[in-house]
Amino acid sequence: MRELLELLKHDARRPAKELASMLNISEYEVEEKMAKLEKDKIILSYNTLINWDKTGENTVTSIIEVNLTPQREVGFDAIAERIYRFDEVRTVYLMSGSFDLLVIIEGKSMQDVANFVATRLATIEGVTQTRSHFLLKPYKKDGIIIDDKEKDRRLVMSI
Amino acid sequence: MTNWNDRISPIVKSVPPSGIRRFFDIASEMEDVISLGVGEPDFVTPWSIRESCVYGLEQGYTSYTANRGLMELREEICFMHKRRFELDYNPKTDVLVTVGVSEALDIAMRTILSPGDEILIPEPCYVSYKACATLAGGIPVPVPAKAENDFRITPADLEPHVSPKTKALLIGYPNNPTGAILSKEDLEAIARFAVKHDLIVISDEIYGDLTYGDTKHVCFAGLPEMKDRTILLNGFSKAYAMTGWRIGYALSNPDIIAAMTKIHQYTMLCAPITAQIAAVEALRHGEKYMRKMVSEYDKRRRLIYDGLQKAGLKCFEPKGAFYIFPDITSTGLSSEEFAEKILMQEHVALVPGNAFGECGEGFVRCSYATSIEQISEALARIEHFVNHL
Repeated sequence: MRELLELLKHDARRPAKELASMLNISEYEVEEKMAKLEKDKIILSYNTLINWDKTGENTVTSIIEVNLTPQREVGFDAIAERIYRFDEVRTVYLMSGSFDLLVIIEGKSMQDVANFVATRLATIEGVTQTRSHFLLKPYKKDGIIIDDKEKDRRLVMSI
Repeated sequence: MTNWNDRISPIVKSVPPSGIRRFFDIASEMEDVISLGVGEPDFVTPWSIRESCVYGLEQGYTSYTANRGLMELREEICFMHKRRFELDYNPKTDVLVTVGVSEALDIAMRTILSPGDEILIPEPCYVSYKACATLAGGIPVPVPAKAENDFRITPADLEPHVSPKTKALLIGYPNNPTGAILSKEDLEAIARFAVKHDLIVISDEIYGDLTYGDTKHVCFAGLPEMKDRTILLNGFSKAYAMTGWRIGYALSNPDIIAAMTKIHQYTMLCAPITAQIAAVEALRHGEKYMRKMVSEYDKRRRLIYDGLQKAGLKCFEPKGAFYIFPDITSTGLSSEEFAEKILMQEHVALVPGNAFGECGEGFVRCSYATSIEQISEALARIEHFVNHL
């Protein structure tokens, strides 16, 4: 299972036939295993890593440090849920250190994001402070170098 | 007009040119060629290794080193052999850092072979073996390994080729081009054979880190009583994706290493300091990157092994290096015809098996040191080719 997950993590579009060869199992078994992983919510989704800068689309990403006052019984979880339910919020992590939640927000413009933070995020009960950082340029994401200039420089044949 | 060709040494003339030149020239001109003909990793050297070299340059490490190599590199080489194979080599006397295994191979041959001395060389094998023996003034004696034995050499194969002039045996496992490995039992039999005929054994273990499945590499020098008799050659090219750095080493008894050092000192002086610094980093911190590359090769190995069989080509499962050696006799073509036709028709480059010795005829070498996408496409083309002959 670990091997199948590793293969899919690297390329989720790999045909079952290839996966079967590499794992030395049948195509049917590959499909069955994948269905089970999806059902058990071990595989949550198959994403595409897109370099939006190249599409000319404007998106703005903001990384926000959020400080909270924890609540009796539920700690940070209830507030985290109130935050992560917003569509604008792409990622939420509970953190150790000088702030509590790391929230990543995507919007169409800085104004858009600033509005969201000011009117929706900062006003949630229990949120005591927010510090927003706008992302300027991605270099590497999820293990992939965005503009990788290294290429195959080998001779076409060698012994 | 002077015929310069007449002035060239007959020994040099007797060495054949590379068996892939013709294919190389054609493949180089093709736009969409998929090459399974490359004998080196498709990975770039891991960044931490590259970065250590950059740092070394910034610090001004640009001088000669000791002839035998940087002491810290020799120490790391010895630690590694102690850790992995329980072998005790002395970094002061038993190690020589060389410019790739190629140099180590050359000077090992020159060190032990006198004119007329014979060296047993199991085939199919890396193309330099015979050439180096010839250039050293020795006589290479090719010993065909049997296809039905998955190209594993045995004392029974070797025995008929022994003569009073036989001085040494050269083994290269995991093997280029076949991907064959030798088990501990296989190697023990070779060791008994070496003792029986009192041979020096040159063991080229450059692919030693690249073994798959449950099979662990057995270091020949680690077998009982083999350490002093063996000239163990290894390097960083294949396992650490460092082919262009040209860095390798030889391990043996102090007498042989001192003699090899003498040649090295007069011809090479020392291996490049930049590559030596990088090699230290590879041994200190590079193993996890190496393991990751090995696990990538393993996935490709299984894909290509399965795919070639489905394409109708018989092959045994390779357990080492990054080559697979399918039998193409079912196509009715010779190795060279197969390699040429598939290159012209399907734009797939691979190496005819006879480039690695006569007994490689009827086979081709496919390297799977290339991306999964390329392997998949190559397999589709090979299947198409085989089905439309």
